Formats: sequence, C-alpha cells, structure tokens
Amino acid sequence: MHIMEGFLPPVHAAVWTLTSAPFLVAGVRSLTRILKENPQAKLLLATSGAFAFVLSALKIPSVTGSCSHPTGTGLGAVLFGPSVMAVLGAIVLLFQALLLAHGGITTLGANVFSMAIVGPWVAYGVFRGIRGMGGSLAIAVFFAAMLGNVATYMVTAGQIALAFPDPASGYGGALIKFISIFAVTQIPLAVIEGLLTVIVINLLNQYSRSELIGLRFLPGEAK
Amino acid sequence: MKRTNLILLMLAVLLAVLPLLLPVAEHLDEPFAGADGQAEAAIVEAYPGYEPWFQPFWEPPSDEIESLLFSLQAALGAGLLGYYLGLRRGQSQGRVKDRPDAGD
Repeated sequence: MHIMEGFLPPVHAAVWTLTSAPFLVAGVRSLTRILKENPQAKLLLATSGAFAFVLSALKIPSVTGSCSHPTGTGLGAVLFGPSVMAVLGAIVLLFQALLLAHGGITTLGANVFSMAIVGPWVAYGVFRGIRGMGGSLAIAVFFAAMLGNVATYMVTAGQIALAFPDPASGYGGALIKFISIFAVTQIPLAVIEGLLTVIVINLLNQYSRSELIGLRFLPGEAK
Repeated sequence: MKRTNLILLMLAVLLAVLPLLLPVAEHLDEPFAGADGQAEAAIVEAYPGYEPWFQPFWEPPSDEIESLLFSLQAALGAGLLGYYLGLRRGQSQGRVKDRPDAGD
C-alpha cells in the first residue's frame, strides 16, 4: 500500500496531506486524553504501535504469486479507538519513508490516509458493529483487523486510480487494474493479520484484563 | 486458550507458506515481486512519460542494507511486544502466588 515517493502528482499529494492533517491533530489530542485518563496504558499503547511495526515489516507471499504486507493497525484501533492509530501509523510510515525509501514524504499524506486513518476506522466500525450485534470478542477482532487491512489496500488502489486513470478505460479501468494488483494479493494476508490480532487479544485477555477493563474494551469494574 | 492460540498461529503460518508450495508463481517473470512495485510498474506502463517529481532523500545502498533495516523494524516491534506480554504474564502470576489461597 506504499505509494512510492514522487508517484502522486503534486496536487494529489497536497490534497491527501491536507485531508490527513486534521486526523493527525485529532489523533494527538485523543492520545493525550487517553494517557491522562489511563497513565498505565502507556505501555500497551506502545505495544500496539510495536505490533504495527512488526506486521508492516513482514512481506508475505500470497496466492497471486506476489508479495505484500499486513498493516497491523487493527489491534490499536479496537483497543484505543481509531484516532490514535493515525499517529502510530504515521510514525511507522515515516520510519519506512525516511530509512527504507519505502513510500515517501510527498506520498506520506496519501499513505497515512489509507493505512493510518481508513484502515483503523473500518476496523473500529466493524468491531463495534459485530460486538453490538452480540458477536464474540474473537470474531469481532478477527473481522475488524481483516477488513481494516483490506480497506487500506482498496483506498490505495483508489488513490492511484484517481491520479493515473487508464488512457483507454478511464478511472474505472484503472481502479479495477490496481484493485487486482493490491486487493486480491491482500486477502490471504488480511486473514493472517486477523488471526495474529486475535492471538494478541487472547493473550491480553489472559494477562492484562484489568488494563482492558480500564480502557472499557472489556465490560467490568476497573480495579 | 493456549491450544486455540496455537491453532490460530498454525493457520496463519499455513496461509503464508502455502503460496510458496503451490505453483502459483511459476508462470510469472518475477515470482513473488512486491505489490507496491507492481503498481509502480503499472503506472509507468500506462503513462510511459511519467517521471517521479521527487526523489527519496536517502535510499538503502543495497538489498542487504534494506533487509537489515526491515529486520531491525520487525525486531524492535517484536522485542517490545514480547517485553510487554512477558511483563504482564509475570505480574499476573505474581498476583496469583501472593494470594493467601494460592494454588487454585
């Protein structure tokens, strides 16, 4: 989902950067508020960022014969809410843009929008929706992480299609072309991300219950 | 719970390994290329004249250095994840042991 440096025309780069900026500001505010209310959640917050760090570094082979990577943003989104992930995701993307020439500064706004904003919001919405309908924690977490991952790549495909409509078939043709590159490759990876996120939630449920209750992720009285 | 997690982990590994065992990439010029790179190639194919208007400030000088930095990224993340889970596991065991009715 990394749009490479210089691969979005300046106007597109600017529009995506301006779109992402308010989410980043809201994310910093949300982060400050959560840490004020729950100072002991600092380590779990860092751990959620670490999870995104690991997962977005893993290039995993897919059934399409190409490789891509998960995003790891679903975990933090369901634990802390989606706003916070704009900040954590942006840090991951900045690290990769500066040190790995993966993604870029000019495309940072667009990449933050797909991976650190839309992905986490979709994950959070799916999680709330499934929990609201009485679905189990594991099922809700699985689909949240998985669909957040797929949504990120759909947005990337849309962003590139908008900038580079197909000379013959226009925006629609370009959208199908880039979805076929990203989204199909991504499906098994999204399932992997869903499974790994459920494993981490299971472990947290076992060892960090009071912390999850404090974050109102689990119902109950905070100790 | 331990068994559930083990099964989930095995499923995840299986999903990652299967594409390598199945003949999904044999017909491709460049098996298991990155999707990001493929998208870049598709852009250049549709717009042969497109020149990226901005270059990265710094690029890893070789594939070795790039893989070093990627493994560093994964190692830092995994290190913190392991530290957190280990710490909380130890703390939750400590709580059980300190209770007067320990052992149940």
